Amino acid sequence: MALYDTRRRVNAIAMGLSWVAAAFGLGFLALILGALLWNGVAGLSPKVFLQMTPPPGSSGGLLNAIAGSVVMTSLGVLLGTPIGMLAGTYMAEYGRYSKLTTVVRFINDILLSAPSIVIGLFVYEIIVAQVGHFSAIAGVVALAVIVIPVVVRTTEDMLLLVPGQLREASAALGLPRSFVIRRIAYRAASSGLVTGVLLAVARVSGETAPLLFTSLNNQFWSADINAPMASLPVVIFQFALSPYKDWQQLAWTGALLITAAVLSISIVARALSSRRTTK
Amino acid sequence: MMVSMNEANNVDQAIMQGSEDPGRIVVTDAVLADEPAVGVSASRAGVLRRFALDDLVFHTMTRGAAIAVLILLGGVIVSLVNGSIPAIRAFGFDFLDTQVWNPVTEKFGALAPIYGTLVTSALAMLVAVPVGLGVAVFLTELCPHNLRRPLGIAIELLAGIPSIIYGIWGLFILAPFLQTWVQPAIIAATGNIPILSSLFAGPPYGIGILTSAFVLAIMVLPFISSISRDVFETVPPVLKEAAFGIGCTKWEVMRKVVIPYTRVGVIGGVMLGLGRALGETMAVTFVIGNAHKISNSLLAPGTTISATIANEFTEAVGDLYTSSLIELGLILFVITFLVLAAARYMLMRLEKKAV
Repeated sequence: MALYDTRRRVNAIAMGLSWVAAAFGLGFLALILGALLWNGVAGLSPKVFLQMTPPPGSSGGLLNAIAGSVVMTSLGVLLGTPIGMLAGTYMAEYGRYSKLTTVVRFINDILLSAPSIVIGLFVYEIIVAQVGHFSAIAGVVALAVIVIPVVVRTTEDMLLLVPGQLREASAALGLPRSFVIRRIAYRAASSGLVTGVLLAVARVSGETAPLLFTSLNNQFWSADINAPMASLPVVIFQFALSPYKDWQQLAWTGALLITAAVLSISIVARALSSRRTTK
Repeated sequence: MMVSMNEANNVDQAIMQGSEDPGRIVVTDAVLADEPAVGVSASRAGVLRRFALDDLVFHTMTRGAAIAVLILLGGVIVSLVNGSIPAIRAFGFDFLDTQVWNPVTEKFGALAPIYGTLVTSALAMLVAVPVGLGVAVFLTELCPHNLRRPLGIAIELLAGIPSIIYGIWGLFILAPFLQTWVQPAIIAATGNIPILSSLFAGPPYGIGILTSAFVLAIMVLPFISSISRDVFETVPPVLKEAAFGIGCTKWEVMRKVVIPYTRVGVIGGVMLGLGRALGETMAVTFVIGNAHKISNSLLAPGTTISATIANEFTEAVGDLYTSSLIELGLILFVITFLVLAAARYMLMRLEKKAV
């Protein structure tokens, strides 16, 4: 009987601790989101979307930063996606059982979680140091380097889910492999491929470290991708660490905008991929 | 890409129109539309040649892209090594074990950032691993069924939030809170205990090693939880049911069945989290204080490799300064590479077992 009691007591303690851990962890995460919402909404106004980042001590908005983020994120994704998709295609289709695929998969996983600031240093070395000045192009390349492994991973995973019979059926009609892949496998996996791209967008839209010394920052409106360009994360970084109240408020609002964007993109991606699995 | 797509379309039309065997009715849009099949006697051999060419081009392109991924990693390593050559020449191995960081006299040593990186990450894992596993156990065993999916999704979404959000929260909310309420209490409570008093010595700055570690812990928490939960769910229900069937408590099932079964995967997930913590920049830079010295106290400001690079790189003047920062990046890359490679190896072993 004593043994039975001890076991029950140990169980109760362990499960109690697990409850505490969950309450602690989820509580803190809720606190962070709450603080973000509270402080971010306080500064939300049309001005944020209509005015440029202000000089210290005056009010303004985040227009150039938002535009810069949108431009660099989309260009980065446009640049990285084709390379990532092709590489993922090789791994799942042509080279499914080759040595190269095993190696690439391992290297890709390393790239996937490599510190993003190191990617920034890399792009600084190959572009900024060569050209001699910071530019949005360098920022775009840095983001593309982060996009590639994300897209490679999802493309490979999604193509591997396409049933082999589909490929065999179309191959039996005499279609060459490249057609089978593009006409059959890509279509069967389309929603998964879109999910991968969306995940990549969500991942890079909040990246700060690789942009710090590639695209730098720009207090003014700039559409020149050969010049430094503002981006939301870098502006948040700069403004949050400043002593000015106006800037700090804008940093909170910017943080709220990024979080809202990232969360909604991830939710769309998730909805897309769950629709595929239930079908 | 574009070229081959166009080519693909052309070839596609060729198939639709080119199969001109009189005895065969080919049901394609072209036939249904009753198009005149004049001048499309593209020979079968021609079509096949274009097929082969298209296949070759596409195969080469995908293979090239796969190799490009390898080159990318190679490029990262080569460019970092190349960039740090001046610093390696100037300081050699002393770089790794000196604490001086003086841009004016151009004497640089990486010991303080390396120490900060390792200590903050270790402390963060000390908090994040038990809590993260607790959350995973909660999600797989304790949570009411109708809350499991939403909570699991919420955790996964939180794992994707940009780290700068955690940083800004740490700076504006957590640091002032710790400075006014928690740190004075810790200092007072440990003041007379020999070892602890030096660990928690000094004025309460709010920012510092301990605060950074805590922010890191909160940041990697959803990451560890969601991976462990995924890994826990790979345990075949039969195994758990069998254990429950002989009268095991939930804790015993976790301890004796689930955790042994998933041990490798859990360790892999934890190491992925560690890799993230080591390389994390934004969450730390806000709250670390950027002080290039190693102090005994965990409450004192310090620095990490990534925070040093983020704070100083754009302002670095002179080749040696820049090069020293790049060498820091190289060291960070090597550390994370080892951790991540070990993590992937373990997760791969688990996948093999699951198949």
